[in-house]
Amino acid sequence: MKKQSIITGTLAFLLLMLMPMLAFAQEAGGGFDALVNKIFHTVLGPFVSLIFFSVSINGVSFPLIVAWLLIAAVVLSIKFEFVQFKGVKHSIDLLRGAYSDPDNPGEVSHFQALCTALSGTVGLGNIAGVAVAISLGGPGATFWMIIAGLFGMAAKFTECTLAVKYRNEYPDGTVSGGPMYYLSKGMSDKGKPRLGKAMGVFFAVMCIFGAMGGGNMFQGNQAHQMFSNTFGLFVGSGWLFGLILAILVGLVIIGGIKSIAKVTDKIVPFMAILYVGTALIILLVNIAQIPAAIGVVLAGAFAPKAIAGGIVGVLIQGLKRAAFSNEAGVGSAAIAHAAVRTKEPLTEGYVAMLGPFIDTVIICTMTAMVIVITGAYNIEGLSGVALTSSAFQSVFPWFGTLLAGAVLLFAFSTMISWSYYGLKCWTYLFGESKGSEISYKVIFCIFVVIGCSASLGPVIDFSDAAIFAMSITNVIGLYMFMGELKVDMKDYQARLASGEIKRYK
Amino acid sequence: MSETILVGIDGTEENRRAVDYAIKQAKRSKAKLILAYVIKWSPYTFQTAEENERRHKHREEDIQFVHERVMDPMLDSLASEGLEITGLVRHGQVADSLIYLAKKHDATEIVVGRIGDKSVKTLIFGSVVAKLIQLSHIPVTIVP
Repeated sequence: MKKQSIITGTLAFLLLMLMPMLAFAQEAGGGFDALVNKIFHTVLGPFVSLIFFSVSINGVSFPLIVAWLLIAAVVLSIKFEFVQFKGVKHSIDLLRGAYSDPDNPGEVSHFQALCTALSGTVGLGNIAGVAVAISLGGPGATFWMIIAGLFGMAAKFTECTLAVKYRNEYPDGTVSGGPMYYLSKGMSDKGKPRLGKAMGVFFAVMCIFGAMGGGNMFQGNQAHQMFSNTFGLFVGSGWLFGLILAILVGLVIIGGIKSIAKVTDKIVPFMAILYVGTALIILLVNIAQIPAAIGVVLAGAFAPKAIAGGIVGVLIQGLKRAAFSNEAGVGSAAIAHAAVRTKEPLTEGYVAMLGPFIDTVIICTMTAMVIVITGAYNIEGLSGVALTSSAFQSVFPWFGTLLAGAVLLFAFSTMISWSYYGLKCWTYLFGESKGSEISYKVIFCIFVVIGCSASLGPVIDFSDAAIFAMSITNVIGLYMFMGELKVDMKDYQARLASGEIKRYK
Repeated sequence: MSETILVGIDGTEENRRAVDYAIKQAKRSKAKLILAYVIKWSPYTFQTAEENERRHKHREEDIQFVHERVMDPMLDSLASEGLEITGLVRHGQVADSLIYLAKKHDATEIVVGRIGDKSVKTLIFGSVVAKLIQLSHIPVTIVP
């Protein structure tokens, strides 16, 4: 207990030291921001353009990295015989504990593993990302988003199974896993240890950048914007908002203060249910208009009017947002799923593939349908969170406040999840010592403050690029391992059919 | 076939009366005794990834802690009674777990103390004892 308070104290002190600097940065009209922006732009600009290298189709730029993820998802779907459709019943059986040994209770359940992984992906992408897709690609983008989500399930299935199969287990019973481990261990089994190590290190480095950026600064930044716009608090004092947020994050990840994590763990699912519930009520009230709305979506998907690039333009917007939202093929959720104790790696794959379904096919579609049915997408000049907010508010005027709260909480839980992904990559690179863990966590908290205090466009671009760069080596790994995984899957299915894998309820 | 009495243990003073009662019963009917301690745990709570990673370790520690602090001292103190006594520690929801263990070990009776839980949660969801009475397939004795 005493050690905890020392750590928390040190953290608070560090953040206090940062305060004047950030306050200065604000007053100087972004002197600090401008410097950071300049560094990122000149040094890392070429990297961002490389990752998001786009080809122009019908006048719409199409980032090749999105095609990279989508092609992988389609190939894996075919390779695993559309496990995302055939295996769904088994996934749900696993989730409700039908295959959990009742004489060995108290381990992490499949349900918990899925929720932990979901808390890292459900968030701004489901609320703001969908609105962006619709405002740029029209209602038809929803259709392509759903298609991309369904294929993405196969990619999630593959990466999470591999993460469990090749994780490290330590004598004290704790585990570490994720793409960096299956890339290096698995490739070394295939006789290419140096290539595997290089791929693993590349993944880990990109994941740390992604965790600091998209999983941290971007979240804090958006939460602050939403909060100050809705409540008129912390306007122009983002650093103070960031400091409070950083202390809360620090208390959870450094201090191990369970109560805060417990509070958010209780409220986040509540918020998610409230969000989906409100969307459902809006849809039910307008049930007569649903066929027409589906018509609008389908018409927009195949024969869009007045959308830049026509059908290709719609397709691209849908695919892009689905990839941003569910991260299938990126390898992030695989790190969370690797922490589960199970004898059969495939069970984790079956459960994990429900992630993109819940994230993209259910929650994103809800948001999209509300935006379409309320006609909010026809209002000029609205995009992102503002569009979603206006769509919901046209039915429930109080929704803006709730949404601001939801965005803040989703941002917080996404930060906690990504801090873990980054941490696992950090310890993969620098060793699993207490000291190295603490230094990572302190740096993470400092980035919370930086993210909230400034509008760092190029930094955000870079962190998006880093998250997608993770998929470069990860997807290569998925292709290299899909053969052996197919053999494992056949073996697993045979043992399931023969009853060798016991069903308890 | 000899009878088996399952006793729910929670380490409190009040609970000791339930144990004493069960011992008297067991002596009278020459029954075997099973002491069961349930560590509250639900597979449906939300956890951070870091908690998941350490879960197995924490689970082992929880079980060891209960053995050292509650179960083993109790078994020692009952060693002189001349009965066949087994101690079990497991995670789960209290009522469900006691019923599961009762079925698994063919128990003929469940004995529990009245658990002094007066929280709001109890008002809404009902107490462990109430749930036990509703779900049990064998007689349940509640010792006040």
